[in-house]
Amino acid sequence: MQIKKFLKTRHLMLCSFLFITACIENAPLDSLSPAGPYARTIDDLFWLTFWIAVVIFFIVQGALLFSVFYFKDSPDKPEPKQIHGNNFLEILWTIIPVIILASIAVPTVRTIFDLAREPEDALKIEVIGHQWWFEYKYPDFAITTANVLVIPEDTPIRLEMWSNDVLHNYWVPKLNGKRYLVPGQKTYLNLHADNAEEFWAQCGEYCGLSHSKMRGRVLSLSQSDFDSWVMNQQKNAANDLDQNSLAYEGQQVYLNAGCTQCHVIDGVWDVQGEQIAPNLTHFGIRNVFAGAALKNNPENLTKWLANPAQIKPGTFMPNLELTEREIEALIEYLGTLK
Amino acid sequence: MTKIIEPKKQRNIFSRPSSETGIWSWITTVDHKRIGIMYGYAAFFFLLVGGLEALLLRIQLSQPDNNFLSAAEYNAMFTMHGTTMIFLAIMPISAAFFNYLLPLQIGARDVAFPRLNALSFWIFIAGGLFLYSTFLFGTAGAPEGGYLDEEVSRLASAPNGGWFGYQPNAGLKYSPGTAMDYWAIGLQILGIASLVSAFNFITTILNMRTKGMRLMRMPVFTWMTFAVSFLLAFSLPIIAIALFFVTFDRQFGTTFFLTEGGGDPVLWQHLFWLFGHPEVYILILPAFGIVSEVLPTFSRKPLFGYPAIVFAGFGIAFIGFGVWAHHMFASAISPVAQAGFGLSTMIIAVPTGVKIFNWLGTIWGGKLTLNTPMLFALGFIGMFVIGGLSGVTHSVVPADTQQTDTYYIVAHFHYVLFGGALFGIFSGLYFWFPKVWGRMYNETMGKIHFWLMLIGFNVTFGPMHWLGLQGQVRRTWVYAEETNLGFWNLIVTIGAFILAVAILVFMANWIYSRRKGEKAPFDPWDARTIEWSIPSPTPVWNFSKAPEIKSLDDFWHQKYGEDEDGRAVRREGTDELLLKLEEEGLNPDEEIHLPSPSYFPLILAFGLPFLGYAIIYKSVPLALVGVILLLIGGFGWGTEPLEEEFETSEENPDAKESSTYE
Repeated sequence: MQIKKFLKTRHLMLCSFLFITACIENAPLDSLSPAGPYARTIDDLFWLTFWIAVVIFFIVQGALLFSVFYFKDSPDKPEPKQIHGNNFLEILWTIIPVIILASIAVPTVRTIFDLAREPEDALKIEVIGHQWWFEYKYPDFAITTANVLVIPEDTPIRLEMWSNDVLHNYWVPKLNGKRYLVPGQKTYLNLHADNAEEFWAQCGEYCGLSHSKMRGRVLSLSQSDFDSWVMNQQKNAANDLDQNSLAYEGQQVYLNAGCTQCHVIDGVWDVQGEQIAPNLTHFGIRNVFAGAALKNNPENLTKWLANPAQIKPGTFMPNLELTEREIEALIEYLGTLK
Repeated sequence: MTKIIEPKKQRNIFSRPSSETGIWSWITTVDHKRIGIMYGYAAFFFLLVGGLEALLLRIQLSQPDNNFLSAAEYNAMFTMHGTTMIFLAIMPISAAFFNYLLPLQIGARDVAFPRLNALSFWIFIAGGLFLYSTFLFGTAGAPEGGYLDEEVSRLASAPNGGWFGYQPNAGLKYSPGTAMDYWAIGLQILGIASLVSAFNFITTILNMRTKGMRLMRMPVFTWMTFAVSFLLAFSLPIIAIALFFVTFDRQFGTTFFLTEGGGDPVLWQHLFWLFGHPEVYILILPAFGIVSEVLPTFSRKPLFGYPAIVFAGFGIAFIGFGVWAHHMFASAISPVAQAGFGLSTMIIAVPTGVKIFNWLGTIWGGKLTLNTPMLFALGFIGMFVIGGLSGVTHSVVPADTQQTDTYYIVAHFHYVLFGGALFGIFSGLYFWFPKVWGRMYNETMGKIHFWLMLIGFNVTFGPMHWLGLQGQVRRTWVYAEETNLGFWNLIVTIGAFILAVAILVFMANWIYSRRKGEKAPFDPWDARTIEWSIPSPTPVWNFSKAPEIKSLDDFWHQKYGEDEDGRAVRREGTDELLLKLEEEGLNPDEEIHLPSPSYFPLILAFGLPFLGYAIIYKSVPLALVGVILLLIGGFGWGTEPLEEEFETSEENPDAKESSTYE
């Protein structure tokens, strides 16, 4: 326990170790601030390895620097003894690393299998990678959403993942390590968040032009909040807007300008065949959009709708040459999709 | 020079090249030393190009949400940076050392196949130019159906799928245009160059050693050349096949790696890393060899545990083929595979540790001369250890799933390949400078170069560990301000510019010392191996007569014995011995027949890029040009003797006649 406590101060120690004066604690993608049991297991293993490495680091660099200063040539120094080797020493420094590595290997192998095991009573969610956004499906609740993964707190989650195009890599640093999304086969990853909190996600694998903007959020909610979120998600979007409202005008833009080629709004429009764009039914309650590259606010939406490729190079969303009025109406409409 | 005999002119389609100075003497040379020097300069040129690409990347990342480069440009730059540094800078600069030093270290007149050696070099040049011609002719764009806001610039018209070219992103659908074809075919051509030289070096080491140069008397650098040659010979065919698959997928509609046709993108990862991991050792083992020469020389002690270092090198090379999936721990592999490859990765740390401890044992108790090559060799140990230790954290699979694809990995492999391989290479460049040029480099500038490089290196790559752990992913064109990664990225960019200054100091020193440096004695370091027993710069014939080797570090033992305490004692008559060696080295007393220069390796090599263009542009005329060049090169080569008959040779009755033929 004492050791645990000592290790708790490790962030501080690492900072001083790396001569970090402007040490950042609030990095949302920090892999060293675990917020769930899976990430914590990994974190413990990393620090075990790290401290062993630090000890070896000081021994080797110490021996190196000592030799440089102590054995440096000086005029009165005699010629050195011609030592060709020493079997005992050489066997020693072969065996000691083997023992040290074995002490890392045992917990490593155990943790590999622990992390891979499917947790009991896990909530199953499907993650589908697209260039450049993540789609989420909840088979138990018949929900399809995008960019923001909503999960109940303190509940094991089992992600079943695949890709619709190229390789992607799903990463929520505070909850677990990474796992690739591969076209044509399924991979699995477990998540588990201790508390109700918002986390950042990021695609790890280079996946083309806008790889760096393929981001995400994971929103962990209390069980009751999660239940009401599910109830809300299962509702269709309203189709009885006041015909004189700006929102109604926006809906007409959605239906006529070309958005319906790719985007589904349940209860308003369904797209046949493969989904290549996010489902917008509850767009208004997501706090980010465009692969979580932008915060969901009118200003960002205006920029995005005016020229998507400027925000995300290579995007499959065309510039529909909307007028200012159409954009304004569309934003109003999207805001009603709660 | 009087003892070298003029060859008679050749009666071929081309008259045989015969100039000994000037540009044609270099272009047609088959002399391993000249080929080595050309390899060195060409590789250094590409090192500068790759460095410029890195600076562009660092300017882009110096602040969050920056717009210095477009996404397309950024992706092209990091792909070309990686590809250039690995295939066009570090590998060929190692080849420069192999070429120049290998025959000298084993007491040979040249490599086993001198023209094949020239062929390797020219294929490397042809492949490098072919790859870089993408900036002139290549095209790139958004994936099928995607939109770009601006036109693709020339800077972005380069390969953009990463140096690892993961499928299907690097396939035709997601990387349209010809740029990725330039990459796949360019690497294919470069691979031929490396394969050819690998077989040449293996044959040379096995067959061309001088009398008494038993295997266990070979210098460690020669041993590492041997190990690298085997690594090349076994790993390059794998990538050759994988690159053919990619080219077929892109050009001829096959689906080796495409799911929609029943292919598997993960297969590409396996094939790529099955080559890619041995490749890592191809890059680092030459540096291991170099520091194993430098450390004993400037410690005035023999290498500690020579057999252990040799066997550890081969152990690393062998195990290096069994660790590839540690690049794929987050990919679609089973927990059993994760555990297996995690363990094999840990095991490879053991021989690596043996080497490091033995190097420490070498300097321990020595009498250290802290000049530039020694500083770089010591810096190599210090930096490589950091890279090695962060490597161990990757073998811990669960931890690696957090670190993989982040800047932590970028930090790790730059500590290994820059702090390791490149520091070793700089150590070697300074160490053998006097032997190659016959002049001394400037020590003060050398030391400034070292310290700038050590500081710049750590400022650049040290904070990357932290950035990676804080969540900065690799190949990221921009990062959000909220990630709070801006500060350290700016520091990293500053470090990169310190490194650029260090390289400028190195170049200034090189240019100055080549012209104005002090004349070098032939054994300036009181060195150990036989390349120091011949004049500086190395005479064209290397050894005036084949040396006979009586022990490991033969030249040292000619100069020094040991007293009853085991301390080195300079033998009586050493000064006379050295004078005699220099006198003999400059004046060979027998006729020396050197392989004659040839055009054909050059012609053959430059057929290959035409075949590459022919595949990309589906052009029969270009293919014909390529085939014709290959045929001329191959046929001319086949009918041309290695050495021309010599005019004064007594066995040649036509000698008189042929001189009139001229």
